[in-house]
Amino acid sequence: MFSNILIYFVVIPLLMLAGLAICRNIRQIRAVAVTGSLALTALSVWLLLDYLALRAAGETAPMLYTGTWTWFAPLHINLAVGVDGISIAMLILSSIILLTGSFASWKIEPHTKDFFLWLILLSTGVFGFFISIDLFTMFMFYEVALIPMYLLIGVWGSGNKNYSAMKLTLMLMGGSAFLMLGLIGIYYHSAPAGQPLTWNLLQIAQNASISEGWQYFLFPMTFVGFGVLGAMFPFHTWSPDGHASAPTAVSMLHAGVLMKLGGYGCFRVAIYLMPQAAEELAWIFLILTGISVVYGAFSACVQTDLKYINAYSSVSHCGLVLFAILMLNTTAMTGAIMQMLSHGLMTALFFALIGMIYGRTHTRDIRLMGGLMKIMPFLAVCYVIAGMASLGLPGLSGFVAEMTIFVGSFKAGMADYLAGEGSLRLVFTIIACCSIVITAVYILRVVGKLLLGPVYDEHHLTLTDATWWERTSTVVLIICVAAIGCFPNFFESLIKFTFSPSIFAVIGMN
Amino acid sequence: MDITVIYYLVPSLIMFCCGVYGFVTRKNMIAMLISLELMLNSVDINFVVFNRYLFPGQLEGMFFTLFAIAIAAAETALAIAIIINIFRASKNIDVTDVTKMKF
Amino acid sequence: MDITLPLLILVIPLFMFLLLGLCGMKMSHRLAGTLGTLGMGTVLVLSYITALTYFYSGAPEFITQAGERLQYTVFNVTWLQFTDSLVIRLGFLLDPISAMMLIVIPTISFMVHLYSLGYMRDHHGVYEHGFQRFYAFLSLFSFSMLGLVVATNIFQMYIFWELVGASSYLLIGFYYKKPSAVSASKKAFIVTRFADLGFLIGILILSFYTGTFNFADLTSAPVDGIANVSQVSLTTAEGIKAMFTNSPAPMFMGASVMTWALVLIFMGGMGKSAMMPLHIWLPDAMEGPTPVSALIHAATMVVAGVYLVARLFPLYLMETAALDIIVVVGALTAFYAAMVACTQIDIKRVLAFSTISQIAFMMVSLGVARPEFHHGLGYMAGMFHLFTHAMFKALLFLCAGALIHAIGSNDYTAMHGLRKYMPITHITFLIGCLAIAGIIPFAGFFSKDEILTACFGHSIVWYIWMSLVAGLTAFYMFRLYYLIFWWKEHKVHDPHHAPHDQPWTMTLPLVILAAISCVAGFVPFGFLVTWNGKPMFEGHASFFTNLEHLDWSVAGISLAVAIIAILIATAMYKKENPLPEKMRNALPRLWDWCYHRFYWDELYQFITHKIIFGCICKPIAWFDRHIIDGAMDGLAYVTNKASVAIKGFQSGKIQMYVWFYLAGALLLGAITVICLI
Repeated sequence: MFSNILIYFVVIPLLMLAGLAICRNIRQIRAVAVTGSLALTALSVWLLLDYLALRAAGETAPMLYTGTWTWFAPLHINLAVGVDGISIAMLILSSIILLTGSFASWKIEPHTKDFFLWLILLSTGVFGFFISIDLFTMFMFYEVALIPMYLLIGVWGSGNKNYSAMKLTLMLMGGSAFLMLGLIGIYYHSAPAGQPLTWNLLQIAQNASISEGWQYFLFPMTFVGFGVLGAMFPFHTWSPDGHASAPTAVSMLHAGVLMKLGGYGCFRVAIYLMPQAAEELAWIFLILTGISVVYGAFSACVQTDLKYINAYSSVSHCGLVLFAILMLNTTAMTGAIMQMLSHGLMTALFFALIGMIYGRTHTRDIRLMGGLMKIMPFLAVCYVIAGMASLGLPGLSGFVAEMTIFVGSFKAGMADYLAGEGSLRLVFTIIACCSIVITAVYILRVVGKLLLGPVYDEHHLTLTDATWWERTSTVVLIICVAAIGCFPNFFESLIKFTFSPSIFAVIGMN
Repeated sequence: MDITVIYYLVPSLIMFCCGVYGFVTRKNMIAMLISLELMLNSVDINFVVFNRYLFPGQLEGMFFTLFAIAIAAAETALAIAIIINIFRASKNIDVTDVTKMKF
Repeated sequence: MDITLPLLILVIPLFMFLLLGLCGMKMSHRLAGTLGTLGMGTVLVLSYITALTYFYSGAPEFITQAGERLQYTVFNVTWLQFTDSLVIRLGFLLDPISAMMLIVIPTISFMVHLYSLGYMRDHHGVYEHGFQRFYAFLSLFSFSMLGLVVATNIFQMYIFWELVGASSYLLIGFYYKKPSAVSASKKAFIVTRFADLGFLIGILILSFYTGTFNFADLTSAPVDGIANVSQVSLTTAEGIKAMFTNSPAPMFMGASVMTWALVLIFMGGMGKSAMMPLHIWLPDAMEGPTPVSALIHAATMVVAGVYLVARLFPLYLMETAALDIIVVVGALTAFYAAMVACTQIDIKRVLAFSTISQIAFMMVSLGVARPEFHHGLGYMAGMFHLFTHAMFKALLFLCAGALIHAIGSNDYTAMHGLRKYMPITHITFLIGCLAIAGIIPFAGFFSKDEILTACFGHSIVWYIWMSLVAGLTAFYMFRLYYLIFWWKEHKVHDPHHAPHDQPWTMTLPLVILAAISCVAGFVPFGFLVTWNGKPMFEGHASFFTNLEHLDWSVAGISLAVAIIAILIATAMYKKENPLPEKMRNALPRLWDWCYHRFYWDELYQFITHKIIFGCICKPIAWFDRHIIDGAMDGLAYVTNKASVAIKGFQSGKIQMYVWFYLAGALLLGAITVICLI
């Protein structure tokens, strides 16, 4: 079991938990958190390189590094692991955000140890989710990732934290109720009559034994289930409140990684296992996600709380992820995965910066701040870079992802239109394109009000610029954002292996 | 006269109904406990009778009855302990006054 | 051709940006400025070599035996692969227009770098705050602009298009503590972003049908039915043809898909090139430092739209409906901007509107270009005007900068009669004015004359219209000139603080640009830059080619119009007199509208604030907070209330429970009995 490298993505966080349990002071806690997340980052980077080498050597299996260990035989529950390009991208994202999140919560108070315990437990769930290919363990890890959120927000949060924590947890739990129903349904149709049932994704896809009638029921269940976490309209409303109340590192992990669980799950479970229903029912969710895209952007235009602005912007960007997945073609899906990566890094950067600004000014209301560029130039410049990434400046990650999505979905839209299948995809693609303008509006509005112009509050003049740990956190994220933006082909080829013919033969996608 | 099963069941039923009646109407907890015992004993009679008449070669019903008697004894002890404690707390063992356990 | 030089042209400014951006604050101001200027100087030399090699080496990859100039891709690396055929590459394309831009951009950029060494200091020689940042942004802009013009495919162009937009945003907002600069930069970015949306959708349509982003494939498509098959992949040619004829959806809302694509792409150009109605950002963009206005908002970035249309010109030729739209937009903008320029009192705004008007000239010129008339004269004229305009408009802006630097105000009512104090600025400004007014032998004369000739060949209406605008141009430029340098004597209270000419770093660019403005008109553009690469005239190029091929009937008229306009301006503004006031009072309404720029800004203000913010964003935010959130809270509320409502059953009365139990047991028993029966 321990010969499989993927297991270490769960083992290292568990070791970190054990290490934290015996920590005596804050220095040791920091050491454990940073060492552990560095180890995870190194592991995921090594995995990336090894994966690419294997693929270059001609490996064509849909998932590599697979391994299966029986857990509960009567119900066919196994701990099954395996990764492809998408999972690796997500693993890298998660480890980087955990690393930068640890730096960002360098001075978290009170109960530092407990904070890190819950944070690492949450990441255990996240890593476990991304390496699992068994629906049951996947769901289990999913829940492990959700529950700590309640405590993290409820205890270490700010503002209306009890309400937000409760709302977030209940809504996501509601989503997972749908999800569980869907997954159990999938399990009972996972194999043709007479053969043993299975929870294994790859086998279910291979069996393709979910009848179309059942797909119509199970697809919406799973898509909505994951869609709640992916902030799909109208189930996005936990996101603004939740993010606003959460402490910095939690906002980073939540918006950066947990929301990606939604998109990843929609792709991996809903669409991958039930392609026919995805084809037929896509229009419902296209409308919802298309609305998310512009709706989030428009809402962000008039918010005054920095975190609310960013949360609505996340709704818009994550809406674009689900939107692109529903286009059901390779280009758009590649774009969706890129957007997950890009948004994860970018929004983590945003939340880190907002946390740092809030830690100094003790307000997040943009009406009460101004001219921070003069006071804390480093943070302000980083904020501008994050904003530029968000509004899709070439050379940063947002542009690459959005353009891939637009090219792909336009292709899908035109194909539909020319085939006489209605112009829904086309119309919504153009509507989604409009978001690049609206994004520019709200980003520049914040930059203009918050960073530029005269200093609003004279008390702010005494504030200091970023400390070294804050600089580490932001610089790492900026480097990642720029790396994706400058060398997209590398990441794109990583993802493209995932859409190898063997997988899409199942879906019949082009 | 042939004594059939019905001759046992009717008194047992009457006993049970008396128990139920007592349980829902009496306000004194001790009286309720007695009613409860009545119900239990009527059920015990049924067990023994069914065993004797329907499965004469077996002893499950008998054993069950013995168990029930033992458990009833334990339960009575427990119940009386609770009642005594309630009495100590409120100088009263009227069931309508003991409504703390709600919501 | 060796790829080192072209690669360095792009890499040096990028490197300078990173160097100055990351380490600038650790450097002294002088070092940062010198480094930036030296970097740009190197780029200048390298791109001159590259461009001159392209034009004059005669190498077979650049020009055929028959004298036809070819497109040459120096390098082209894959950057992002969407599908098998849709690939974004980053490359370096050499052809007549990109080679021409390789001369224009580094020249102006270098002049501006040099000039800023003097301009970005106050009179005591203290550098402005953020001097290093300024040079970093200038380098970023130069990099993006160079990347834009050498783009090998439309998506590369879009990438750099966005980057120039961003660097323009950063530079307009350079004085970030000034709220007006912040809002101007925001406005510039958002307006051009809106235009880019059109550009993007246009690219998507075009690339869907043609299956390619490459300019080489797109523009060598069949023009008069004869496909240049050797260069076009078959699918592309088919795709383009399909857009006209046998595509399943060739028409959309009464226009062909091709027209839509081209018009949408032109919309991107309208945004960057400040065509009406997307022009509103350019006058505000003057909030930036004046050298920036000279570089970005006069000479280089704002002509990107013209360059875009020129780049895709063969495609536009296939669908002349789009060209007609360009002509109409351009002509209206030219007239509008010229009218407004006649009434403005801020020196930079006059120049900004003049820029808008002149760019519109180029657009019109491209719009009226047809191969059948003088081998596409309009195309050549547009490019020629782009070239000359860049030189003299940068000159005018830099002069304006010198004046602002000396006076400390943009408002020319504070200037008046400066000719004695600032003789060099005076002479160079006059040269600029003569050039833009179109007086022989200055640069503007030749290019503007070609444009008018092309208009004449297209339609007499546009010819008269554009001649009128040319007259207005001469008028408002000389109005500006007289109001700054004449009108009345300058009152100097303290002789020590009299305005004076500037240090050599500022003077040198003025002199060089003035010299170029004098001679640029003689560059034989007809031999260098034509739409299909073939020279327009027989024979060999010489210094007097342009003079020889002048159509004197058109040239004479335009010269006469310009001189009359200048005379009117002289009569009105040379000496202080009541004539302008009378004019103003004679047409108060017109003057008001012109002065308020025909209320475009107010209209936009209304649309963005009242309609978009007030009627879309706020209701959506309200909807989210109250309806959606309310629904979720409502769900929680209902759950809560329901549990409160039923908690009475849990009364604590044990006998009550028993009654319920009994009733339930009896009910179940009854149901069982009924079912059994």
